[in-house]
Amino acid sequence: MQKLADLKVGTKCQMCMISDPELEQKLLEMGCTPGEKIQLIRKAPFGGPIAILVSSYILSIRKYDAEKIAIKLIKNE
Amino acid sequence: MNREQVKIALAGNPNSGKTTLFNALTGLKQKVGNYPGITVEKKLGNAKLPNEIDAKIIDLPGTYSLFPKSMDEKVAQQILCNDENVDYPDVTVVIADATNLRRSIFLLTQVIDLNMSVVLALNMVDIATKKGIIVNVDLLSKELGVQVVAINARKRKGIESLRESIINAIDKKPLKPFLFVRKLFKDLIEKANKIRGKENDYASFLALCKQELGGEVVNRCALNQLCKALDIIPERVQAKETVKRYKAIDKIIYQTVKQGKPTGKYQITKNIDDVLIHPILGYVVFLMILFLLFQSVFSWSAYPMEVIDSFFTNLSVWIANALPPGMLNDLLVNGILAGLGGIVIFVPQIAFLFAFIAFLEDTGYMARVSFITDKLLRNVGLNGRSIIPLLSGAACAVPAIMSARTISSWKERLITIMVTPLMSCSARLPVYTIIIGMIIPIEEFRGFNLQGLVLMAFYLLGFMAAIAIAFVMKFIIKSKERSYYIMEMPSYKMPDWKTVLYTIVEKVKIFLFDAGKIIIAISIVLWGLSSFAPGNKFEKIEEQWAGKADSEMHIAAEKLEVSYAGMIGKSIEPAIKPLGFDWKIGISLITSFAAREVFVGTMSTIYSVGDENIQSIQERMKNVKNQETGEAFFTPAVGISLMLFYAFAMQCMSTLAIVYRETKHWKWPVIQFFYMGALAYLSSFITYQLLS
Repeated sequence: MQKLADLKVGTKCQMCMISDPELEQKLLEMGCTPGEKIQLIRKAPFGGPIAILVSSYILSIRKYDAEKIAIKLIKNE
Repeated sequence: MNREQVKIALAGNPNSGKTTLFNALTGLKQKVGNYPGITVEKKLGNAKLPNEIDAKIIDLPGTYSLFPKSMDEKVAQQILCNDENVDYPDVTVVIADATNLRRSIFLLTQVIDLNMSVVLALNMVDIATKKGIIVNVDLLSKELGVQVVAINARKRKGIESLRESIINAIDKKPLKPFLFVRKLFKDLIEKANKIRGKENDYASFLALCKQELGGEVVNRCALNQLCKALDIIPERVQAKETVKRYKAIDKIIYQTVKQGKPTGKYQITKNIDDVLIHPILGYVVFLMILFLLFQSVFSWSAYPMEVIDSFFTNLSVWIANALPPGMLNDLLVNGILAGLGGIVIFVPQIAFLFAFIAFLEDTGYMARVSFITDKLLRNVGLNGRSIIPLLSGAACAVPAIMSARTISSWKERLITIMVTPLMSCSARLPVYTIIIGMIIPIEEFRGFNLQGLVLMAFYLLGFMAAIAIAFVMKFIIKSKERSYYIMEMPSYKMPDWKTVLYTIVEKVKIFLFDAGKIIIAISIVLWGLSSFAPGNKFEKIEEQWAGKADSEMHIAAEKLEVSYAGMIGKSIEPAIKPLGFDWKIGISLITSFAAREVFVGTMSTIYSVGDENIQSIQERMKNVKNQETGEAFFTPAVGISLMLFYAFAMQCMSTLAIVYRETKHWKWPVIQFFYMGALAYLSSFITYQLLS
């Protein structure tokens, strides 16, 4: 399983699983449901937060939390 | 329908245009709880609906769902979920951004499931259409089972049909829930209903998920036992429900919305972000914006301030000559007008400052600033979200501290609250302005206004002190809670100028009337204290100087010294002498504890008592001589020491009151008062001793 935190800027993927229940709850209500297509669009400097495109808006989360998000790469896109 | 007044709640995601819609519905007929603040406090307004029905509109804090992550979201939840709440609405208007429909509808469906009368106000449909997102409004309305009204809050379009829809929605509950939690979790919901004694499936479900809906404390134990007995983990149940809800929403979106090219929409935002959150440029731009802010606050407001100043000077001269000399004349000119002039003159600066901050927040830039500063702030025990309270603190600590409610971690929120008053607020601005005007020459330094540079240095100093103190507190305050930074970065947009204008009017009004009342009252008291003395001391002085030439000034100076005000000032002089302050400043320090801006009024009252030649306050202060050396009293050492004292000392009762209200404990404002006082005294002491 690949982690969201390890992706390169611009990569498109699908949400799979969030391994931290508290984080999962918070991200689910923001629309990060399993299978949802997302795209990593930006990384803040010095290991700061990352920004992802999810259901047509930009969401920023910490890199530390992105380590706990398992994703599946989308091929041929 | 015979209702006197219908209650309407306005709910929606942050950045959905909720405040703009609120302004469109209510105009200027709104009031903000006890304190100002952009949608963090309960905002109420009145509106006329069709058929002459009066409506009270509540602008709820922006929230993404009924599972609150922070204090302000909790406010929205508790009003919507508890029908015993005084603000429980007859109709809830959920505003949704049409370009961001999926997430907006999540909240809407939750409100439907609470069995409330709902209208969906679909904002920015026209913009969505331009971007290729075409929403079938009628089908959406049919699928959701609620009225859907397409509006554009900024252009005030569709507001009339929204008013009508609200009337139509009164007493019309949804026919069926959007998601049958009862079916999903079977007898769990029924049992929870029984425990709560209320037939509201979704509210009971939320209560099961450990949500505090108000009045839940009694049932908490029973609900927890129910979960245990049925072997249910509330977190899992909530997650499962959320996923189901989104699945149902996705189905409706698929039927009713035709998505355009997903890339086109972000191009502008992306291009701007390439610069504004660039690893290096981003910080440069941020500093430049701050720099521009302080330069402009200082130089743009110079002209209107001059106009106000000369207006008050002329008015004083006119009244002094028009009225017969005597007590009343003296009270009016030297008591009231002196104090009043001291406040009104700062309206331009305060208006510019609030305008800038409202602008930065409205455009979506603040979210970017918090994105690029989260890492730094996290290292010192704060959160990226803390940057909003910190920057707003440059305007006023009271709304700033309230905006810290969006920070979910208690520890980070507390530290933010504790250090925000160190940011130089607009009340310090008058103090800085006057002192800088006296001790810093009007020169250009490498093309920049030198006075503006010094002013900016003081703002930076406040920020750095806040960071340093936060870092110390990080180790003192203990917490097991995890910290999160989950934040939407809204698309850039031009601010709604009307909303910015409302904000400025609101803040200036509060400054003029709330602070103004205190300042005038204190000015009058001060005038009294400095115009009278115990016994016959005044007479003695007059006898002493009787018949001597040029005695006016000397009499005035000696009278002030023996007056009640002089006595008070003298009594604290020993404590403040090491800081370079005399008893006159002592009086100002005492009166400043009501609010800092009182300093200017106090200074102008003290220095105008007995002064026949009416000049501006700054000129008067410049002419003050040190009685020991005969030189000007306000040397750079005294001026900087005084500015440092005002930069750090906690001289604001409203802030202390709000800190108590937000932390719900006296411990925190007390700690804040003393640590800031110690910081102020020490830094003034060291600076004065080094410089003089």
